[in-house]
Amino acid sequence: MSYFLITRASSTIGTRSCLVNYFLLDWCTRGLSLSCIYLYFYFAVKKSEVECLLRVFHSLVEKANVRLNNFGLDRNAFRAILHSIFGMTDDMLMNRVFFAFDKDNDNCINAKEWVKGLSVFLRGTFEEKLKFCFEVYYLNGDGYISREEIFDMLKNSLHQQTSEEETDEGIKELVDITLKKMDYDNDGKISFADFEKAVKEERLLLEVFGPRLPEAKVQCQ
Amino acid sequence: MKEDTSVVNILDKITKEEDPASEIKMKLGKLLEQLDLHLLNHSLRHISLEIRLNPTIVKNDIELLKHFSGKGEQTVLESIDYTSDYEFSNGCRAPPWRQIHGEICYVLVKPHDVETLCITCSAEGVFLNGGKTNDEGEINYERKSEIYKDLVTFLKEKSAKFSENMSKQDVRFSEEWKKEKEEPKEAPKKEEAAAPRKALPASSKSMLEKNQINFGKSQMTKRLEPSLNWKATIDFKETMLNLGLAGNPDPGPAAVLGKEGKETGSSHPGRHKSLLRDIQEEKRGGRLERSGPPVSPGRAQLIHKSAEKIEEMISESSSESEEDEEPPDHRQEANADLPSEYWQIQKLVKYLKGGNQTATVIALCSMKDFNLAQETCQLAIRDVGGLEVLINLLDTDEVKCKIGSLKILKEISHNPQIRRNIVDLGGLPILVNILDSPHKSLKCLAAETIANVAKFRRARRAVRRHGGITKLVALLDCAQNSGEPAQSSLYDARDVEVARCGALALWSCSKSYANKEAIRRAGGILLLAGLLKTSHENMLIPVVGTLQECASEENYRAAIKAERIIENLVKNLNSENEQLQEHCAMAIYQCAEDKETRDLVRLHGGLKPLASLLNNTDNKERLAAVTGAIWKCSISKENVTKFREYKAIETLVGLLTDQPEEVLVNVVGALGECCQEYENRVLVRKCGGIQPLVNLLVGINQTLLVNVTKAVGACAVEPESMMIIDRLDGVRLLWSLLKNPHPDVKASAAWALCPCIQNAKDAGEMVRSFVGGLELVVNLLKSDNKEVLASVCAAITNIAKDQENLAVITDHGVVPLLSKLANTNNDKLRRHLAEAISRCCMWGRNRVTFGEYKAVAPLVRYLKSNDANVHRATAQALYQLSEDADNCITMHENGAVKLLLDMVGSPDQDLQEAAAGCISNIRRLALATEKARYT
Repeated sequence: MSYFLITRASSTIGTRSCLVNYFLLDWCTRGLSLSCIYLYFYFAVKKSEVECLLRVFHSLVEKANVRLNNFGLDRNAFRAILHSIFGMTDDMLMNRVFFAFDKDNDNCINAKEWVKGLSVFLRGTFEEKLKFCFEVYYLNGDGYISREEIFDMLKNSLHQQTSEEETDEGIKELVDITLKKMDYDNDGKISFADFEKAVKEERLLLEVFGPRLPEAKVQCQ
Repeated sequence: MKEDTSVVNILDKITKEEDPASEIKMKLGKLLEQLDLHLLNHSLRHISLEIRLNPTIVKNDIELLKHFSGKGEQTVLESIDYTSDYEFSNGCRAPPWRQIHGEICYVLVKPHDVETLCITCSAEGVFLNGGKTNDEGEINYERKSEIYKDLVTFLKEKSAKFSENMSKQDVRFSEEWKKEKEEPKEAPKKEEAAAPRKALPASSKSMLEKNQINFGKSQMTKRLEPSLNWKATIDFKETMLNLGLAGNPDPGPAAVLGKEGKETGSSHPGRHKSLLRDIQEEKRGGRLERSGPPVSPGRAQLIHKSAEKIEEMISESSSESEEDEEPPDHRQEANADLPSEYWQIQKLVKYLKGGNQTATVIALCSMKDFNLAQETCQLAIRDVGGLEVLINLLDTDEVKCKIGSLKILKEISHNPQIRRNIVDLGGLPILVNILDSPHKSLKCLAAETIANVAKFRRARRAVRRHGGITKLVALLDCAQNSGEPAQSSLYDARDVEVARCGALALWSCSKSYANKEAIRRAGGILLLAGLLKTSHENMLIPVVGTLQECASEENYRAAIKAERIIENLVKNLNSENEQLQEHCAMAIYQCAEDKETRDLVRLHGGLKPLASLLNNTDNKERLAAVTGAIWKCSISKENVTKFREYKAIETLVGLLTDQPEEVLVNVVGALGECCQEYENRVLVRKCGGIQPLVNLLVGINQTLLVNVTKAVGACAVEPESMMIIDRLDGVRLLWSLLKNPHPDVKASAAWALCPCIQNAKDAGEMVRSFVGGLELVVNLLKSDNKEVLASVCAAITNIAKDQENLAVITDHGVVPLLSKLANTNNDKLRRHLAEAISRCCMWGRNRVTFGEYKAVAPLVRYLKSNDANVHRATAQALYQLSEDADNCITMHENGAVKLLLDMVGSPDQDLQEAAAGCISNIRRLALATEKARYT
């Protein structure tokens, strides 16, 4: 059965494996039982791709954790990867992506989280991306993006302002505009339903509070 | 400059000195410098108040006033003239020794209400001088009045009539302009529009300039008139070539000029107008850059309305009309009550300017939430400088920003003013570049935006110049390359969308002749033909629209035939979509000039859907297209038979009343073709079609008149129908059309008269009853249009069958006029001329007179023509002429006998007989001479 499902997903052979190969820094051979991981990812990622992802993961872990005897990527290592591979620059955003990847909140991304996260990252369906983005945007775990959180995320989005006060004022207004646009139930915060509705109406809003996903340039190829 | 440096020098000196007092000195120096600056500014303010004139301004003022001068109450002045014709190279006309006093020129002005004024225009202003001292033109240069700041102010002061008329002009022109905006279909025919055509430099600030611009506007909107007569005729391109405008077709006037354009001088207004437009456009471009002026709400509404109207009539070959909008400068007014959207949009644009990608996307998304179809929002975006930013964003690498920006541009570019601004801001090259992007939605949006923007000529030209046509054609290719045939959905939805947008943009672009060429060269026809096979309705409309637009070109028509496009056009006639049906019918209408195409339409079963579409008369555009297609198709006899089978003729007769002119032209044209056959003539009569046809003879639309006369003429072949026409006074109406200024109408009317005269009872009496009718016909022989001449000759042939009428036209001098025409190479004219001559020989001394006017020798040459009809008519004429001895000698001298001997062997009996008769006359004369010699 799982074979069937995997082949279904594999009809979308694309350039992604090239991308993965690109990051395949060295040939890492570790005996791993892949079978358990397949079950999670057969929809999105092809078997060979999972293998590749895992190889990359292990090579990265090896590089990052020479000192620590840690089986996984910690926050700094992950941020370095996001920066060098996916071109993200915003510290805060990278933290958020890390937390979104780190499902079990152990401050470390293990192989399972890595593959699952990247499957969304690289090959996710619209719904998956939607969910991922929303998770990245809310942090305190209450399931809403609050006004303060929006402010935090947008605070670096303006330049050319003369004084800090003015900038703050501008950001506040921008937050108001955003809420006006996305907060359909007018409760002053954005729920997942709000987010979903807004994004479905306008795809551009998927990464409304800063780039979360690999560049669109790569996506459209 | 010198002073500046000196100050610096002093300062330098001061700073170099190490003196303890140097600081004080420096401060003092600075203070002095400030004082100096202050004084300079102060005096500048004073000086700038004194307006100084220069030769250019004066010259423009005078030129302008000249345009509004002349006889009559409406003009501002009776006359205005320089005292001297000589203009110095510096633009002055005053003699050099007066130029040193700053004088520029002297002008003699005659206002309506006061004596002639002799005025000096000098750099300081305008004043009255002492006038001419004597007849030699010496002027008393002394100043006799106050100095006014310019000529207009001066004249306003001196002449009450002038200022009154000036204000009237102003009101009148702007009113006229508005009125035409509201009812463009009834654009009034005002003659004065031809007057001012000089583009003024924008520097002149006089109120006259405003007047002039209004004037220009009223004139330009008037050009709406021809283009609203819609649908370019097939002759469009030929006319264009004639006009020498191949690169920049102006289908407006050309569409209506049609054939006339080629044969008469009437093409010149077209050329002129389009040149004028170029000038105006240039000027407008300049204005726009100076200030992106908003529009007062009322006026804006008006413009918007007309823009929508144009949008609706996208099918017309010329949507140039909206090009004539010039955004009026009403910034202050608009500021009075700005809608709240204005401020909100301004805020968003601020984020666009000052935000990073994230903020930009948010701002773009919320801007999209405004009602961008609304004029206020569209103009608000422009007025707060949003347009520049949006276009700038297109140049970045941020795909999301580009998408957001394009989504907005796509919406607001429905507004004609915004289109213009986008072009002025250089948006088109950027849009064209985006077409190369690998991102499909970007391509789509860019193409759609181009489709909106390229609604006026300058934009279309810009698209072409930047290689947009090739890229757009490449978009069409998307749908075909992607996806293997094995896949069930041959075309991926996104690829289809890309191709659709490409077709949409090409449709807009294809309204220019040069673009049609470019599309063809880029291989667009094949791709369009391929897309035509799809079943996506959304796709088909722009594709067929483009084809229809392009089918005005001969190349395209040939390709359409070759690529089996007709088959698909016919198939789509059966679609449910009215717009699609309309464009298909329109394309068939364009292509069916060609016989093979007409046959193809029949073979693919296109006639039946056409006939059945006739029954739905609600959609007038479609009805016009369908009737047009039927008209052209019915040029083939086989098609007419089919149409009769489908009962289309009865329906057509039913459409003769209560239809717009565009429909009528086609319906009548179709009936004219159908009535070439006996059964159909009977059918038309039985359905009561003659009465409405005769009623249409009093119209003014010349295309309609040509068709109506043709149809009436075709009906008149039937004696029974002729009776009805006679009873309805149709012959008199036809005869009156001989006075029509358009040669096509004249010719067509004369042709129609022939069967009427043939078949009318008591025709001679009827013809005589038209007062001045015979004289009119004879005078038409002075025309220089071959078709008119041929038709009039044919009419004369028929008229001359009645002896009394023949006598009358002989008195009117028909013989010399006919003789004068004899030297022609046109076979049609030759034939009818020869027939007319042979008829006219039957009266009095006419045979002799023809000989005297040297008509015989050219007639002999007709026998060398290749046309059998010409031979017959000529032989008959020669036979008649050979009754006169002198003519026989002329014929013999010109070698007629040998030619006639060949004719005797012709299978045509009439020809045989006439040739033989002629030879026998010549021979008999020879015998008689011999006999006379020997006895």
